[in-house]
Amino acid sequence: MLSIRGLGIALAIASLMAAPACNRRKPVVTPQPAPSVEAPPPVVTQPPAPPRATERVEDRQPAPLSEDTVADRSLDELNRNSPLRPAFFVLDSSDLDDAGRSVVTGNVDVLKKNPQWVVTIEGHCDERGTAEYNLALGERRAAAVKTYMVSLGIAPDRLRTVSYGKEFPFDQAHNEDAWSKNRRAHFVITAK
Amino acid sequence: MKRLRTHAVLLAILVAATGLWPLAAQNQNQQPEIELVIGGDGNSPPHYAIPDFVAASADATEIAQTISQVLWDDLAFEREFDLIPRDVYKSIPPARSPEQVPFASWREVGADAVFFGSVQRSGDKVVVQVRLFNVRTRQQVFSKEYSGTASNPRLYAHTVADEVHLQQRALKGVARTKLSFVSDRNRERLLGPIDNREVKEIYVSDYDGANQRRITTTRQLNLNPSWSPDAKSVAYSSYRNLTPQIFVSLIYQGVLETPTKSTTVSNMMPVFSPDGSKIAFVTNRDGNTEIYVMNRDGSNVRRLTNHPAYESTPTWSPNGQQIAFTSDRTGKAQVYIMNAADGSNVRRLTVSESEADRATWSPAPFNEIAYAGRTSSNGFDIKIHELATGMVRQITFGEGSNESPAYSPNGKHLAFTSTRAGGTQVFTIGRDGRGLKQITRSGNNQTPAWSQ
Repeated sequence: MLSIRGLGIALAIASLMAAPACNRRKPVVTPQPAPSVEAPPPVVTQPPAPPRATERVEDRQPAPLSEDTVADRSLDELNRNSPLRPAFFVLDSSDLDDAGRSVVTGNVDVLKKNPQWVVTIEGHCDERGTAEYNLALGERRAAAVKTYMVSLGIAPDRLRTVSYGKEFPFDQAHNEDAWSKNRRAHFVITAK
Repeated sequence: MKRLRTHAVLLAILVAATGLWPLAAQNQNQQPEIELVIGGDGNSPPHYAIPDFVAASADATEIAQTISQVLWDDLAFEREFDLIPRDVYKSIPPARSPEQVPFASWREVGADAVFFGSVQRSGDKVVVQVRLFNVRTRQQVFSKEYSGTASNPRLYAHTVADEVHLQQRALKGVARTKLSFVSDRNRERLLGPIDNREVKEIYVSDYDGANQRRITTTRQLNLNPSWSPDAKSVAYSSYRNLTPQIFVSLIYQGVLETPTKSTTVSNMMPVFSPDGSKIAFVTNRDGNTEIYVMNRDGSNVRRLTNHPAYESTPTWSPNGQQIAFTSDRTGKAQVYIMNAADGSNVRRLTVSESEADRATWSPAPFNEIAYAGRTSSNGFDIKIHELATGMVRQITFGEGSNESPAYSPNGKHLAFTSTRAGGTQVFTIGRDGRGLKQITRSGNNQTPAWSQ
C-alpha cells in the first residue's frame, strides 16, 4: 500500500513537472508567465555572500610504467630473408584457396627440413572492416593456416597463432593493390 | 525531506531525458528567498556571459584568462546555456570585485547570468574565487573558492563547469572526465623480427583533448582501452607476450595488474562491469573467439557465448544485467544482446545493417546502443539504436570512415574515430549529431573510451 501511495505521489509530481515541459517542445500559444524584462531590478541591500569553505583542487596525472619488453634480435636476419612465404586471402574470408594452400605446403616443407624451428602464424586484414572485427578475422585466418599445416604433419606445438587485425598493414596505401597484400597469413620464425 | 529528495531525483531525470528547462518545476521549489536556478526569457535557455577572470596578483593574468576561456568551452560543450559571444561584451569593463558587477550593462547585452572570477597567485599556489549572478535579480546563486597548484589551471574551470551544470541543470557534466585511446604518434618501431611496424601505446587525455599523455611504454601493440567505473584504472590488451593479454593499469599509481597470463591463447577487448567487479572479454581459448567474463583479478572465469561463429566486442548494459556484442553467425558481423549472468536469451539487435560492430550501451537515462554500421564498401558511420522504439538514427554521414563509438558518462556525447581529417583521429559529437569536435591530431588514434 505504502509503495503504491509513494508511486502515486511521484507520478503526480512527475506530471506536474512534465506538463509545462511538453508545452515547451511545441511552440503553440500557451499562457506563459509574463516576461520579467521590464520589471525594475530589486534593490540589493546586502553584499554578495562570501564563498563557503575553500575547496581543495588537486591535479593528478597518470604515471607511465617502465619499459618491460626485451626482444630477441638474433632471429631478425633470418626473418628478413625468410624462406617462409605469406599466404593471401580474399576479402572477408579465412579460407585458404589453391594458391594459399600451395604456399603453405611449401612452408611445411621448409619446416620439415628445419625441425627445430618454431613459427608464429600472424593473421592480418585490410583496412575495410572495423578495427574490432578484423582482430577476430585475423585470428581466424591464422587458425585456418595452422589447421592446414597440422594436417600436413607439423606438430601443433611448433605453431603459434596471433591476430594483428588491421593494426600492421604491409602496404599503407588505400587501394585494392594494398588491400590484397594486407589480407595475409604472415610467418615469423620465433625459435631455431 | 523525503519528498524533496524524490522531487530532485525526478527533476534530474526530466532534465536529462528531455533536455528541457523545467520552469514550473522551479516554482514549486520551497526556497522563497533566493531562486538558485537562473532562467532565460520565455522558452529560451538562459544567456550566459563569462568575462575574463580578474588577476588579483600580477603573475595570475595568464591563469585567469585560461580559466575563463576553458570555462566558456566547458559550458559551450554541454549546450545547456546560450553563451553570449565574447565580442559582444568586449566593451564592458571587467568588474574588479563582486560588488562592482555592472548588472545594467550585462542586461543590455541580453545576459541572464554572468560570472565573476578572480585568481590570486603566490608562487605555485593559486586561489580561485568564482561567483555566478542572476543578472535580473542581481542575486548571487553560486559562490566558491578553490585552491591548489598552478600546474593545471584548466582543472579549476572544469570543476566550476561541473558544479554549475549540476546546480543549474541537475546535469552530470563531463568537464573532469577523461578519454583513453590508442595512438602510434611516437613513431617508435616494434622491437623484434619485423622492422617496419609502428608500436601503438595507450594514451589518456582530458575530455577536450588537453593534457594528452602516454600511459604505456611497452614499445609493442596495445589495444582497446576501457576505463574502470572509478576512473582510476584502464584495462587494455597488450601483445608484449606475443598473444594479446589483458592488463589493468592503475594509472595514478603506476601499478599493473595482469588478470590473464596465457602465452598461447589470446585474451582481449576487456570491459569493466558497471560495478567494477567483473571484466567481460574476448578469448579464443576454446578454439574460436567467444565472450567470457571474469572477476577483475582474473578469478572465476565463465564462458558466456558458445558458437562456431566469432563473438567479440562486448559492452555492458547500465545495470550490468545484459551484454551487447558482435557476432558474424549470419555471415556478417551484427550486434546481439544476451543476459550477462549466463549468456542466455540471445537476440539480434541490428536487423537492417549489412554489417555492424562495436556496440556501446548508453548510460541511463538514455536507453540506446551506438555502433558502427557499414554505409559503403570502404567505410562505416555511427548509428544509434533506441531500444524502446527500435528506431535507428544516423549520427555521421559518410565523411571518411567512422568507427568505435563510446558514450560520455552522462550519455549526451559520443567519442569515435574518423578518417575524415587525415589518418585516423578521435572526435567527439553530441548524441544528436551536433557539436563535432576533433580531439587528436598527431599520428593515428583509435578505439576511444570515455571515463566516468
